[in-house]
Amino acid sequence: MEKAQDKILSEVTSGEYKYGFYSDIEMERIPKGLSEDVVRIISSKKNEPDWLLEFRLKAYRHWLTMKMPKWPNLKIPPIDYNEIIFYAAPKQRKTLNSLDDIDPELKKTFDKLGIPLEEQKHLSGVAVDAVIDSVSVKTTFKETLAEMGIIFCSFSDAVKEYPDLVRRYMGSVVPYTDNFFASLNSAVFSDGSFCYIPKGVRCPMELSTYFRINSANTGQFERTLLIADEESYVSYLEGCTAPSRDENQLHAAIVEIIAEKSAEVKYSTVQNWYPGNKDGLGGVFNFVTKRGLCKGENSKISWTQIETGSAITWKYPSCILRGDNSTGEFYSVAVTNNHQQADTGTKMIHIGKNTKSTIVSKGISAGKGQNSYRGLVKVLRNATNARNYSQCDSLLLGDKCGAHTFPYLEVDNQTAIVEHEATTSKIGEDQIFYCNQRGISTEDAIGLIVNGYAREVINKLPMEFAVEAQKLLQISLEGSIG
Amino acid sequence: MLVINNLKATISGKNILKGISLKVKPGEIHAIMGPNGSGKSTLAAVLAGREFVEVTEGTVTYLGKDLLSMSPEERAKEGIFLGFQYPIEIPGVSMVNFMKTAVNEHRKHKGLDPLSASDFLKLMREKKEMVEIDSKLANRSVNEGFSGGEKKKNEIFQMAMLEPRLAILDETDSGLDIDALRIVANGVNKIKRPDNSFIVITHYQRLLDYIVPDVVHVLYDGRIVKTAGKELALELEEKGYDWIKKEVENSILA
Repeated sequence: MEKAQDKILSEVTSGEYKYGFYSDIEMERIPKGLSEDVVRIISSKKNEPDWLLEFRLKAYRHWLTMKMPKWPNLKIPPIDYNEIIFYAAPKQRKTLNSLDDIDPELKKTFDKLGIPLEEQKHLSGVAVDAVIDSVSVKTTFKETLAEMGIIFCSFSDAVKEYPDLVRRYMGSVVPYTDNFFASLNSAVFSDGSFCYIPKGVRCPMELSTYFRINSANTGQFERTLLIADEESYVSYLEGCTAPSRDENQLHAAIVEIIAEKSAEVKYSTVQNWYPGNKDGLGGVFNFVTKRGLCKGENSKISWTQIETGSAITWKYPSCILRGDNSTGEFYSVAVTNNHQQADTGTKMIHIGKNTKSTIVSKGISAGKGQNSYRGLVKVLRNATNARNYSQCDSLLLGDKCGAHTFPYLEVDNQTAIVEHEATTSKIGEDQIFYCNQRGISTEDAIGLIVNGYAREVINKLPMEFAVEAQKLLQISLEGSIG
Repeated sequence: MLVINNLKATISGKNILKGISLKVKPGEIHAIMGPNGSGKSTLAAVLAGREFVEVTEGTVTYLGKDLLSMSPEERAKEGIFLGFQYPIEIPGVSMVNFMKTAVNEHRKHKGLDPLSASDFLKLMREKKEMVEIDSKLANRSVNEGFSGGEKKKNEIFQMAMLEPRLAILDETDSGLDIDALRIVANGVNKIKRPDNSFIVITHYQRLLDYIVPDVVHVLYDGRIVKTAGKELALELEEKGYDWIKKEVENSILA
């Protein structure tokens, strides 16, 4: 770990967004704009069954009745949905049988991103599903996992091969009426990842999805559905990058998790969408609905997120603690630098008895960044002995940024114990000088201090991601102290 | 080693240092004593490169180079170490990580490869023993939750790790009990070599029972008003600072 950190510190020399390149891949796109026809085209492109088309159409019609939410503490420019391309896919001649069938440009893209698609060369034991623009291009380790009964594939494949599972669970945690962006996603979602861990199985490797927006003017709307059957365990990671572009790009995803009795799901995100340039031009709008249902007793869902990218982030990975003795956790580090804005947090809904939740949120604001924590802890009437502990810390770098905390507590059961702690601190010149005096440069000092501040959360990440997260934190704050 | 010539400095427009000249040769220990507010800590801050102190006049030459034109981290890598009067806490950053970053920055500066993890831990162990600090200290975050004495011992430990050419200890003895004082002083005596030098800033004579200075300076109202051998410290202990103040006032009147 120590060694890895050193490597990071020496590697990192420039603060530019590293993943801003664009790959010239032959793409199939549909005309821009959104209508019922577009929804039908997407569905037919994917040869979907009628029930799924119906689901999309219901979602679309519902979406038409909705308005963009106004309550986030964000300044969101108007989005013209008729200027967005809702479906773009790398052109492929036929179904992929081996890696050799993948467009070499596409493969190069993933190589540049450091995402291993070749199983045999890949030693760290992470199974990868790679999603570029609208479709999943490659899922690794499928066969190895299948031997244990684990299903890990693209959402489209799941619709074809496991329609019953998809039909049963899709929309059960995030209904298509849930919110503006969830409805939009339900209407036009293109692909994503699907994962099913059977009863009693501990998934032996990290499952991971890498999302990449490549095409211009394209929205990315993926869905992830993760089902952990009784007494199973899985650790799931997602990473995201996009090219640097002057126009904003919309990303509206849905993640649904279902944890049955005694199942445990650990879901980690390192979100590094293009944040826009230093003057706030361009960047991804990251409007995501993530929710987990602790359905069975003793189940556990843990969200860990490192949010360094995106021009605007709007997401609240949440847990519905329905099973008795179930546990929900949310560990978050959100960075806003330059003109980035984030309104992020979680919802912990205590329904079952003896349910527990933990929230640790670490906001870091620099430049002109605005960072809001928004969290709801709700204890329903029958949730006896519910416990929640929330800790919300904000770290400010410089004096042009902002940190805001909006905690909501709704407690309807007298036996509940709910704790909330919040702190705000500034990186002190004293701390930086102390590091300087030991021979450490200011940039490295900020990296050290910020990583120390975020350590509690970073420690929750799987090893490979922890290293990447530390590096990202340092890069995204470079140049933030002049 | 260090030549300070007619150094004048202000903090927010207020004159603090009013013309200090000082020469430190390799292998020497200089003690700087003086009443509160005389400018001792400001002098240390100027040498380490703190921004809030503005140098208005004078020069400082360190190993033949213009010290005042160097950044704080350059000074550190060139071998200047400041033992802080109030060491800073950095929550969540382990001492191991902090020191490893610092040591490797020093090595890089000297054109050496970074130490391997095992060599580094070995070095830490040796130095911990050398300065007699609790080995658990190194597993904690930098100064976080340390007692006053632990913080000061930690400064000496860092000094041992970085092997400075010129160490400036800013009231390292303040707030220490006699055992901690002895540990701090022993640390200094073990690190001392013919080619490195110390400037020990202190309010009290008692540290100088353990660290024997070659030269003692008395700083008063931003000037060095008296320089002598180690016996000066004893005299100050006995008589206090008032007679110095009087002497200065008399000389001004005369």
